[in-house]
Amino acid sequence: MLTGIIVSVLFLVGCGLVFSALLLLAERRILRYGPCAIEINDGKKTLEVDGGGTLLAALAENDIFIPSACGGRGTCAYCKVRVLEGGGTIGPVEAPYLSPAETKENVRLSCQVKVRGNMRIAIPESLFSIRRFRGHVEHKRPLTRDIVEVRIALDDPAEMPFVAGQYIQLESQPYRGRESVMRAYSVSSPPSDTRAVETVIRLVPDGICTTWVFEILREGDSVQFSGPYGEFRLSDSDRPCLFIAGGSGMAPIWSMLRDMKEKRSRRSAVYFFGALTQADLFYTEPLRQLEKELPDFRYVPALSREPPESDWSGERGMITDVLARRIPDMAEYEAYLCGSPGMIDAAIKVLQSGGIPPDRIFYDKFA
Amino acid sequence: MTPDPHSVPFLSLLLVFVSAAFTDNILLVRFLGLCPCLGVSKKVDASVGLGLAVTFVTACTAVLNYWVYRYLLIPLDIVYLRLIVFIVVIAAFVQLVEMVVERLSERLYQALGIFLPLITVNCAILGTALFMIARPYNATQAFVFGLGSGFGWLVAITLIGGIREKIDEKHVPPGLRGPGLTLIVIGIMSLAFVVFSGMIKL
Repeated sequence: MLTGIIVSVLFLVGCGLVFSALLLLAERRILRYGPCAIEINDGKKTLEVDGGGTLLAALAENDIFIPSACGGRGTCAYCKVRVLEGGGTIGPVEAPYLSPAETKENVRLSCQVKVRGNMRIAIPESLFSIRRFRGHVEHKRPLTRDIVEVRIALDDPAEMPFVAGQYIQLESQPYRGRESVMRAYSVSSPPSDTRAVETVIRLVPDGICTTWVFEILREGDSVQFSGPYGEFRLSDSDRPCLFIAGGSGMAPIWSMLRDMKEKRSRRSAVYFFGALTQADLFYTEPLRQLEKELPDFRYVPALSREPPESDWSGERGMITDVLARRIPDMAEYEAYLCGSPGMIDAAIKVLQSGGIPPDRIFYDKFA
Repeated sequence: MTPDPHSVPFLSLLLVFVSAAFTDNILLVRFLGLCPCLGVSKKVDASVGLGLAVTFVTACTAVLNYWVYRYLLIPLDIVYLRLIVFIVVIAAFVQLVEMVVERLSERLYQALGIFLPLITVNCAILGTALFMIARPYNATQAFVFGLGSGFGWLVAITLIGGIREKIDEKHVPPGLRGPGLTLIVIGIMSLAFVVFSGMIKL
């Protein structure tokens, strides 16, 4: 009886071990491709990597960070790059994320493309400047009941040059059984402040990274992130600007406005900020101060759920209605939007019916 | 008539193959491997791809499992572990095949794509291994039995795929679309295959 149990347990354990060993050995022997060369942007840079892994991992090993939020599982579709040679055929995992136009341009998900030989790829130049940073939380202070400001002082590398409007990818540490994830947050500090990055983070109920920031992260804790990412930035024109944001969408606009002040920009600008009640407004004082410091800047907060009997004397209603009411003719403006997809889609409709062509509407949508 | 496997080897092997493929069709008579069939049989070429992969894996794992059963499970007197051991053998084999295919032919690897991992959980393959040990087969017969079972599955899913392609062009009541009508089709085809069952007795 007892020997029977022991024999079966030993057999099962042995089975598991033998098969695992066999498969590991097979993986080493069979899936070996030797050194492969990856040529980036027509010879601008050439990497020597060990074949067998994914393109995303091979690039990350060589300090080229392609944006990726899902960790290489092929679900976020952020890690698109153009693979000109050596990428093979499009796999079933990536096919749903590629439009016919992208397929024609040889766009692929770099987390699904395996390095099996020499390759030629093309990536945006700005990705070359993306680095991984280690820093520590200098301060974390609540701005409203569900929004905090987090300032991360950089330790290594010590400086991050960036353009106002760009974002970083913060890596949460594992806690209470939740895995480590990367999430994108716009930088709210101005680019002149190179030795630290500030972000404005809103608590997403049950969000892995935001819960970590709110409940686990303490001042002084070490954190890791990569950046700067993104094409959201002020154009070089001198057209008047419309800024439209809601909630933590404040961050990139707050960076742009302070950047404008430091560069003594003469552009005229109006900032529409949407919130629920007075308690959800933040940075009001410094924004009022900016109205005096910038040559032509107005801050227009609009509250959609403020009780009618309160002492609020500013705008009430949806931000899009307020926008249409205050600026009936928008044809000359450029618009910069940051907020939830719902808000952005609604705002784009209003802007287009107000006469702004789509190529002068810039936005940073976060889900 | 009971064929004697030792006196007429070729005829016996042929009988094993035909009975496994048609009279005991694993999909239409035994009703195993129905879920991947429902999922993949929308198109004929996908059906053939998955069917070929299943045939290959079934044939190879049948003989592997035969050896494991004959030379490990019986001598150690742990036959009751057969279910779990067979599954592990099948899973490991599929992984290995996936690696080899990836290395040898990228086109085949892309074409098989998600089919190979799907096969690990295809109950037709485990079913074949279990039916195989319930019969007095030797290693060669086990291999042919696996080959026949897989071929039967391939034939069945290809036929179903073809019928579904035709059906999709017709006006089908909304409530019947998809798996509903497919199950009815499989039921009718199964009737046809059950008719074979008196022809060969093993």
